[in-house]
Amino acid sequence: MIHVENITWHTTGFRLEAVSFAVPAGKYAVLMGKTGTGKTSLLEIICGLRKPLSGRVFLGNRDVSADAPGSRGIAYVPQDGALFPTMTVEAQTGFALRMQKRPASEIHQVVKALAAELGITHLLKRMPQGLSGGEKQRVALARALAAKPSVLLLDEPLSSLDEDTQDDLVAVLKRMQRDHAITVLHVTHSRREAEALAEVRLTLQDGRVVV
Amino acid sequence: MNNRFWLILALVAAAYLVFWAVMLVATATYTSPSEVWNVLASREIRYATVLSLATCTITAVLSLLIAVPVSYLMSRRRFPGHTLVDAALDIPIVLPPMVVGLCLLIFFQTGVGHLIEKVIPFTYTIAGVVLAQWVIAAAFAIRSMRGVFDHLSARPEDVAMTLGCTRWQALWHVTLPAARPGMFAAGSIAWARSLGEFGPVLVFAGATRMKTEVLPTSVWLALSAGELEQGVAVSLLMIALSMIVLVAIRITGERA
Repeated sequence: MIHVENITWHTTGFRLEAVSFAVPAGKYAVLMGKTGTGKTSLLEIICGLRKPLSGRVFLGNRDVSADAPGSRGIAYVPQDGALFPTMTVEAQTGFALRMQKRPASEIHQVVKALAAELGITHLLKRMPQGLSGGEKQRVALARALAAKPSVLLLDEPLSSLDEDTQDDLVAVLKRMQRDHAITVLHVTHSRREAEALAEVRLTLQDGRVVV
Repeated sequence: MNNRFWLILALVAAAYLVFWAVMLVATATYTSPSEVWNVLASREIRYATVLSLATCTITAVLSLLIAVPVSYLMSRRRFPGHTLVDAALDIPIVLPPMVVGLCLLIFFQTGVGHLIEKVIPFTYTIAGVVLAQWVIAAAFAIRSMRGVFDHLSARPEDVAMTLGCTRWQALWHVTLPAARPGMFAAGSIAWARSLGEFGPVLVFAGATRMKTEVLPTSVWLALSAGELEQGVAVSLLMIALSMIVLVAIRITGERA
């Protein structure tokens, strides 16, 4: 479960005012809101990349507010995938496990399984340059899942894709969430995405989250 | 109409390049190849060549060592006085080089300077040649690296941190590999700038033959003695060295 309690954050252009909400474990939540309302900042606060002025983030009963981003068990997929520009798809996918100094054979097996699951086996030797938008998002998902997170944060993952590719990825996201029993918080401004994916719907407006 | 637009731009570019080519050809044909060879074979010029190549390379590496952390900080963090610090980093670029040499000379006359010189003597030494080149070359390398980091998105580093990296590891595994071509470019700029550096080297390290004489000093010494042909020969050597080394660095950088 993700539990966000009284998160406050101010910057030029928008403010988050005592934002509180919860997403039950294993559920797919979609957070909607207009562009420039602080959705990305909220995700960055949840995964620890940004420090809020006040408030706390809980995963289950664990207060992770003071934890480093890498020890929260939260994976983050930004809007453009943010693939590492000098690594092959294979190296990106195994990155988190390499950082944990896991044996090469285990990394190889996990990468192979995730690549098969996300349909990127044929891309493993490729560099990110030249991948299509949909392929980049699949690689970013594989890279995030390799760390075996309990929570996945997705920042408008479908916004730059054409409708057919969006439909493909919606199916991938549904299957992924079901197979990995993962809690997902998906940020978007698209009603279509929310209708296709949301088990829990949240809206960010005027600096507050409304359920 | 569109063709005429591009034609005018091409003519401007061509005029600039032709001007440079004519100057180089005029310099190259001013003296005979045998005269050039005689000058370049002299002991003093061979020493100045080796010293120039060695000091420029050391300076380029030292410039990168300061440019990478400073430019990363300036690119990724905003802090009170950021604009002021940013402007201050450009001071060595806008100061007359001779003034930089004078500042170095005066600094090493102070108490702190004397203390430093008890460990490493800089004034009128080879270490002084490197320091005089470095104070200016580093500013150019910082400016160049700043552009590199500004153009590299911070997002992949953020993701790397959520995947278990510390900020150091994210920099090392994700950002620096992506910045490698830019680091080669910044190193090239620092190297080329150092090869031509004259004012601060002359003022701070002197122009002692077989000791602190680098190639620009050789040109100056030759011209001061009225030996124009010797100055031309050394200048041709500097042009050739710059081109060879910069092309080599560019090729290496593209393969990296």
